[in-house]
Amino acid sequence: MGGKLYRHHLFWPVTVLGALLLFNLIYSPDFFSLVIRGGNLYGSLIDILNFGAPLILVSIGMTLVIATGGIDLSVGSIVAISGAMACLTISKGTDQSSFLLVIGAVGASIILSVVLGMWNGALVTITRIQPIIATLILMVAGRGIAQLITSGQIITVSNSNYEYIGAGSLAALPFSIFIVAAALLIASLLTRRTAIGLFIESVGSNPEASRLAGLRSKTVILTVYIFCGLCAGVAGLILSSNVSSADGNNAGLWYELDAILAVVIGGTSLNGGRFYLMGTVIGALIIQTLTTTIYMIGVPPEITLVVKAFVVLAVCLIQSEAFRKTLITRWKKRNYPAEQEVTRHA
Amino acid sequence: MLNRKYIPILVTFGLLAAMFAAGSFRYTGFFSAQVLYNLLIDNSFLIITAVGMTFVIISGGIDLSVGSVIALTTMLCASLVEQQGWSPAVVIPMVLILGSLFGTLMGAIIHYFKIQPFIVTLAGMFLARGVCYIISINTITVTNGFFTKVAQTKVILPGGNISINVIIALALVLAAIFLAHYTRFGRNVYAIGGSEQSALLMGLPVARTKILVYAFSGFCSALAGVVFTFYMLSGYGLHAMGLELDTIAAVVIGGTLLTGGVGYIAGTFIGVLIQGVIQTIISFEGTLSSWWTKIVIGLLLFVFILFQRLLSERRITLKT
Repeated sequence: MGGKLYRHHLFWPVTVLGALLLFNLIYSPDFFSLVIRGGNLYGSLIDILNFGAPLILVSIGMTLVIATGGIDLSVGSIVAISGAMACLTISKGTDQSSFLLVIGAVGASIILSVVLGMWNGALVTITRIQPIIATLILMVAGRGIAQLITSGQIITVSNSNYEYIGAGSLAALPFSIFIVAAALLIASLLTRRTAIGLFIESVGSNPEASRLAGLRSKTVILTVYIFCGLCAGVAGLILSSNVSSADGNNAGLWYELDAILAVVIGGTSLNGGRFYLMGTVIGALIIQTLTTTIYMIGVPPEITLVVKAFVVLAVCLIQSEAFRKTLITRWKKRNYPAEQEVTRHA
Repeated sequence: MLNRKYIPILVTFGLLAAMFAAGSFRYTGFFSAQVLYNLLIDNSFLIITAVGMTFVIISGGIDLSVGSVIALTTMLCASLVEQQGWSPAVVIPMVLILGSLFGTLMGAIIHYFKIQPFIVTLAGMFLARGVCYIISINTITVTNGFFTKVAQTKVILPGGNISINVIIALALVLAAIFLAHYTRFGRNVYAIGGSEQSALLMGLPVARTKILVYAFSGFCSALAGVVFTFYMLSGYGLHAMGLELDTIAAVVIGGTLLTGGVGYIAGTFIGVLIQGVIQTIISFEGTLSSWWTKIVIGLLLFVFILFQRLLSERRITLKT
């Protein structure tokens, strides 16, 4: 039983998250306290979910892309473009507070991010460029496009309907959590209850063999990039609506790196094939919890990056088969030289 | 007959020449030796970083930590020289060694624990950037005599002048070309990039070469950091933000394949200059905003990659 638990793919991510939460519990007991104020729940845990929502969303899309053996570096830029597009549409509208305007703005952003995802997918499938380079193009150009949309300035909007996406609350919980839950539900249902998940894993393991087996590899890959673009677009909406402004320069900066990190921490291999959506969600939560913890315990924010570096390294080392083996052999050598001898001759 | 493998590099060079010619026709004062020298002066740190990155990419890896190592180096130089009063003669060799050690450490983790270079160097990037902020979150201005003297020294050339930085960068490029094409180490790097498994079976020192490649990249970043300190005369944690992307873009525009095994240092050099020419043209145009640089570089990346793709596909069809 113990061995089985140890081997479970969620074992390491959950352990790390648990350790982080435990640390918080010991360090500050009111970390877990939830307060109801004005009909809404408040507390560190809610904050983690709320601020982590865009990252989880982007990471879900990224997981599927990585599962096909690809990678999407352009998500951060898509986040910026989507937020910029929505805020620009709203700021150009005649009636600032109209509901239809928000629908139009959200629609425009979502269509744009789908198109951008399609562009990535087309580069990877039709021209067969390596994913890391294909998406590097949009990553570099996308920041420029976002700044072009906002004319290099921060567009501020005041529209209560738009603010609801990122800052509103439903049933005492932040609305963004529901968006993420819906995305996670759709992604899990599609990949685990239909054959799509199997297609993705198959393409990720070997695209050529999948094609010969009668699978439309290209369609699968294209769909996955479009989904990733869509996720990033919605995340961009949440982020920009949370602060009611769009910043082409800084919105979604380093999101691609955090998202890839979340996926890797979640146990999905960057080589493609197997993927774990729940693992990714936990990975993203680990990153967000870490950030919140660092702020809460009063470590100067400058050190955040150093702590993050060590956690990333530690998590990756724990997950590395080679590292665990080295540790185990070292430990065994020190304690049981005789046993080592026996196994060598066996 | 021209060797086929030099075609990408020639096309890159042709593009550089065409862009420079277009700029010269369009703007008065563009066609001068000093504009060309300024390209080198303003991009010397990028050239140095890109040389190290080329080796890493040819070996089939990637190094995301370069920008933050540059920032860390400027920070170390500035704080040790200005606040601690150390001599530059001690500080400069020390930061170069530290940079190499940092690279060695990342290379060792990548090789021995088989973790993706992307992730390890990402952690390295966070770490170096974070250490900068621990040293200080403010800019430290460098007023040390040696640094200001190097920064202000001009080498007179026909039609203009260049800085010491350019000489350092050009010397490194020449040394790197020698290293890549005329030494055993260089051949090993290409072999590992082509196929690590085959290189291992051939008995090449895969572990040593891979770690050395990252050490070299760390050294180049640290050297670029020193050059950057000469250039900016300050140390700041936000220096060289996002430089890793510019570097990777320059390497790719220079014809190096991100899959490893193919690429030239000379191509990278031209790739950096192309980026410089784009920036120069945009600044000459005056009305264009800085974000057009990013869009144009993105477009160029797209065109180049597509072109390489077509070229490599034709090569395959020719073979069969």
